[in-house]
Amino acid sequence: MKGFILSFRSEFYKTRKTAAFWSSIILPLIICLLLFVGFFSHSDNLSKQPGAALWFQFAGAILGVMGSLLLPMLIVFIAYSVNNIEHKAETWKTLFTLPISKFSVYAAKYLYALFLVIVCLSLFLLFTLGFGNLLAVVKPSLKFNEYHMESFLVQIYFKLLLSSLGILSIQFLLSLLFRDFLKPMGLGFAATIVGVILAGTGWQYAYLYPYSHAMLTVKSMHEAKGGNAPAMPQFAVDLFTKDIAVSLAVAAGVFIIGYFIVLKKSVK
Amino acid sequence: MVIDTQGLSFNFGNQPVVNALSLQVPEGSIYGFLGPNGAGKTTTIKLLLNLLKTDRGSIRIFGKELQSNRIAILSEIGSLIEQPAIYSHLTGKENLLNRALLLQVSEKRVNEILELVQLKNAENKKAGKYSLGMKQRLGIGLALLSDPKLLILDEPTNGLDPNGIIEIRELLIRLVSQHHKTVFVSSHLLSEIERMATHVGIIDHGELLFQGSIADLQAISQPQVYIEVENTVDAANFLIKQGFTVTEINDGHITIPFASKIQMAEINALLNRNNYPVFSIHKTQKDLEKLFLDITQKA
Repeated sequence: MKGFILSFRSEFYKTRKTAAFWSSIILPLIICLLLFVGFFSHSDNLSKQPGAALWFQFAGAILGVMGSLLLPMLIVFIAYSVNNIEHKAETWKTLFTLPISKFSVYAAKYLYALFLVIVCLSLFLLFTLGFGNLLAVVKPSLKFNEYHMESFLVQIYFKLLLSSLGILSIQFLLSLLFRDFLKPMGLGFAATIVGVILAGTGWQYAYLYPYSHAMLTVKSMHEAKGGNAPAMPQFAVDLFTKDIAVSLAVAAGVFIIGYFIVLKKSVK
Repeated sequence: MVIDTQGLSFNFGNQPVVNALSLQVPEGSIYGFLGPNGAGKTTTIKLLLNLLKTDRGSIRIFGKELQSNRIAILSEIGSLIEQPAIYSHLTGKENLLNRALLLQVSEKRVNEILELVQLKNAENKKAGKYSLGMKQRLGIGLALLSDPKLLILDEPTNGLDPNGIIEIRELLIRLVSQHHKTVFVSSHLLSEIERMATHVGIIDHGELLFQGSIADLQAISQPQVYIEVENTVDAANFLIKQGFTVTEINDGHITIPFASKIQMAEINALLNRNNYPVFSIHKTQKDLEKLFLDITQKA
């Protein structure tokens, strides 16, 4: 356990000045800030809409791109970055000659990648809520204060996190095995496009394909739309669906397989 | 024995890279692991560090079996393999601090190491901007950080200038003589190993050709006298008539076994007196290639 904590802290120390780390902070900030500016400058048109519709447009704009491309590509990039730092510096051999178990080194790196995904998604959630409420204050004509969807957003972002675990494990393993940029990136990108198409066309077995899970999660939100009062619609999302079960199973399976590959693998 | 391997073998596919290697590295020695490029030195070192899985044979370090005591053994080893593994986006000091975090070593020790490898002035410079020699020194610093009992260094003087080479050599000698460490150092340069090693192992094509103390090696690697004369064949015949052994006759020079400096002066005078003008005469070591031939022929 001590080895794991030391390795995890070292991962943070190593990456804290890299693009991978800062992109998971800057990306949510920039996207939410752009939306804020957009809503602020078009407040005249938007002020006619009820609060629920405003919130849905505001949060939905992010969730839409998130499900289709942003989240999978972010994961591809994070998984690549945390492994590439060792490929580039030729430091695998030093990591595996530390007096720390190979499992701790491997698990710390994997969980650090997961940590970056969590940071990024949490910031998306926080900035969405933060900028939404800021709009309510600086532009009272926009009726952001009329409606609240905090608990729904927490649920949907939590589900997005769960839906991303399968891809994270796969991309992490690919990036660990291949030192060049193109293989994990290219495969991840192609697989994501296929996933978006499969989920988008509503193929019934898309839930078995990890790269469709983010899209399916976002779609599940739309399907859950409905409520009694038209002005106060309630959104809901089923957290533990078939696709989430597959995502968790793939994540655990690939993580374990990856560990045995690391054990057997000769360190160049 | 600090390192004791028996019948160590490793294949790369079908090709044996290390074959039945039995290394004995005594405590408190500087063990020079000598061999040409591609002889299997780095592979052997990776086997010793458990980075590669042994196909056959056993490795015992500090008297313990490597596979089952991996972490305990690795905690007493500092290593530098091939090019130093350095994060180029971090400064030299940050590279050391990162390793110090993993090894639970204090920042005070990091500063000591920076002084020791003379990177104090460059500690806040990005390691990617370091010269080759500075990177090598940082790599050695990283290996020394945990104050290990055994240092395993793969070609540590690669890319260093003559001053740097001397510094590293003196540092290693000091570590062994004053701090009772054991150093296992690989090189493809015989002259380099001769200057610091107490024990030598010579490897070629994955096989250990020689292992013993430096005195044993010097007995085999007999120095030669290199004489540049105009008419080498006549001069050689003349020397043979005078009772000398001539080991090599070339277009431009002849060599005979070195006995003493006085004898070298006598040969010089003798040749010059008898109308064989000597252009140059000096003592040389057999180069590694010839030493290999000697060793393999004796085996």
